[in-house]
Amino acid sequence: MTVYLLRRLLQALLVMLAMSLIVFVGVYAIGDPVEILISPDADQMERERAIKALGLDLPLWQQYLTFLFRAVQGDLGRSFVFNEPALQLILQKMPATLELAVGATFMAVLIGLPLGLYAGLKPDSAGSKAIMAGSILGFSLPTFWVGLMLIMVFAVQLGWLPSTGRGETAQFLGLRWSFLTRDGIAHLIMPAVNLSLFKISLVVRLTRSGVRETMLMDYVKFARAKGLSPRRVTYVHVFKNILIPVVTVVGLELGSTIAFSVVTESIFAWPGMGKLIIDSINVLDRPVIVAYLMIIVMMFIVINLAVDLLYSTLDPRVRLEGKS
Amino acid sequence: MSVATLEVRNLQTHFFTRAGVVKAVDGVSFTVGRGKVLGLVGESGSGKTVTGFSIIGLVDEPGRVVGGEILFHGQNLARLSEEEMRQLRGNRIAMIFQDPMMTLNPVLRIDTQMIETVLAHTKVSHEEARQRCRDTLGMVGIPSPEERLKSYPHQFSGGMRQRVAIAIALLHRPELIIADEPTTALDVTIQGQILAEVQKLAINTGTSLIWITHDLSVVAGLADDIAVMYAGRVVEDGPVSEVLDKPLHPYTHGLIGSVPSRNKRGEPLRQIPGMTPSLLKLPPGCAFRSRCDRATAECAAPIELMELTLGRHARCIHPHMEAVAA
Repeated sequence: MTVYLLRRLLQALLVMLAMSLIVFVGVYAIGDPVEILISPDADQMERERAIKALGLDLPLWQQYLTFLFRAVQGDLGRSFVFNEPALQLILQKMPATLELAVGATFMAVLIGLPLGLYAGLKPDSAGSKAIMAGSILGFSLPTFWVGLMLIMVFAVQLGWLPSTGRGETAQFLGLRWSFLTRDGIAHLIMPAVNLSLFKISLVVRLTRSGVRETMLMDYVKFARAKGLSPRRVTYVHVFKNILIPVVTVVGLELGSTIAFSVVTESIFAWPGMGKLIIDSINVLDRPVIVAYLMIIVMMFIVINLAVDLLYSTLDPRVRLEGKS
Repeated sequence: MSVATLEVRNLQTHFFTRAGVVKAVDGVSFTVGRGKVLGLVGESGSGKTVTGFSIIGLVDEPGRVVGGEILFHGQNLARLSEEEMRQLRGNRIAMIFQDPMMTLNPVLRIDTQMIETVLAHTKVSHEEARQRCRDTLGMVGIPSPEERLKSYPHQFSGGMRQRVAIAIALLHRPELIIADEPTTALDVTIQGQILAEVQKLAINTGTSLIWITHDLSVVAGLADDIAVMYAGRVVEDGPVSEVLDKPLHPYTHGLIGSVPSRNKRGEPLRQIPGMTPSLLKLPPGCAFRSRCDRATAECAAPIELMELTLGRHARCIHPHMEAVAA
């Protein structure tokens, strides 16, 4: 187990190193931040001073090595725009995105799993057909459109829910969270629902196909032949087997929601990381972009590790030692 | 004469598919006495497995038992509610499946899968249930059962898994066990061990057995009686030694002739020409007549199972009577 974790850690470091290089070169290739950051009417002297101050006068490989050297010490650079440490900038915005993504994922599991189970157990009932038709909508309706419709109905016409911002926040673990206050939760509902629609559909379909596949297995029939109650067959024998694919996909979905919930955050003016990264890309704020992507990579690594560990508890055939 | 453990009368199980009605089992009758072993023999698709599932009430959609009686100690199982059937399953009637690699749930430990079976039918403490599982595992020849209880199925070999499945079937000392080709997927040596084990258990506990198989050599050593199925019907039944020595029905005759060890060395192996007809549009009359060298025009008329000699039935109007007469 320890060996396994150590190997995973080493792999993670290599992935992050490769990622940093790709991102660094990629952002460099997009364009020169100087053109955007420095006012066009600045003279040559000011220009050069600014370039030097940002460290942009050095050749790329030197810039990269400097970045790497500082990154090892926990300094991912300062934002060109805000002149604040990039890491701090991102971490400030992180709780907003985290609570949104986790809320949406929770909703996907809490709603999607029971619906999928029902649709899998009674595939021919009218309810199942309605669920499956709904899941097609959930898959194919564009997020931004659903978001706008939600605002139109629940904020503008009915006036039940606020349409923008995080609302009131409360302090917890040194960060500010919305889900701890009533007002904050009211603000959270619509963006979370908007984000979760696609995920609910995904979980419904995965669960349904898993249930239908598992129900045909000999071990389910054998469980019934043992005289177990239908409830025990479904919730122990079938359920534990379908959790494996669901856990995988939900894990990856959580990661991608945290990283790329840009559209929803923009529509609901949710001050999360997605909005920060889009703004940073627009002004080519390289340290923020690089730091952001590094954090995202790390997060994916952690989520994947968590999924793998969960796997080994769900499926006894999975051995974490792997091939030596 | 006491009531037989199981008496199946004119059982009909049909599958209502989009392509039409598949008469997988269409008029099957047989009797299994207490402590007796019935060999249910036939090719793939002859309806022998569906017969087994019909008895235990596990025919899946779109299939349904549409006719006949399944009398278990005189009680018609076809009339029981699902909950009444559930109380019988695994308790008084148990089943063992063909592929031991597939019958145990891969993500649950052996103890979970055994103890739940005990608790489904009796109110005992968890510890008592565990004790019973341990004893039963020992009974079917699994070494150090206490440790093995904590294992997962993938940590067992195929033969061991089948022993576990048999142990599960034996937990409640059922009156009837339906064994659906339980040794087909195993090595010959393991097969021999399992057969010996089951035979011993059946004799010791008075359990009746229905042994479903396509392997005549297994039936020869194990069964008291034999019923040969073809295209959803029993075409011949009787005491095993008589049926195997002097088959009456041309199909049974061909089946026995197809066993390679019965052929002479150097001669081409004998076989039954053609293949089993589609159950979707079975012609009236004898389903075997298109492959039969004795078939005549009369075979196209419906034929009932007839008693040809004492205790022996066949569904044929041109049986191999010369062997019996001789």
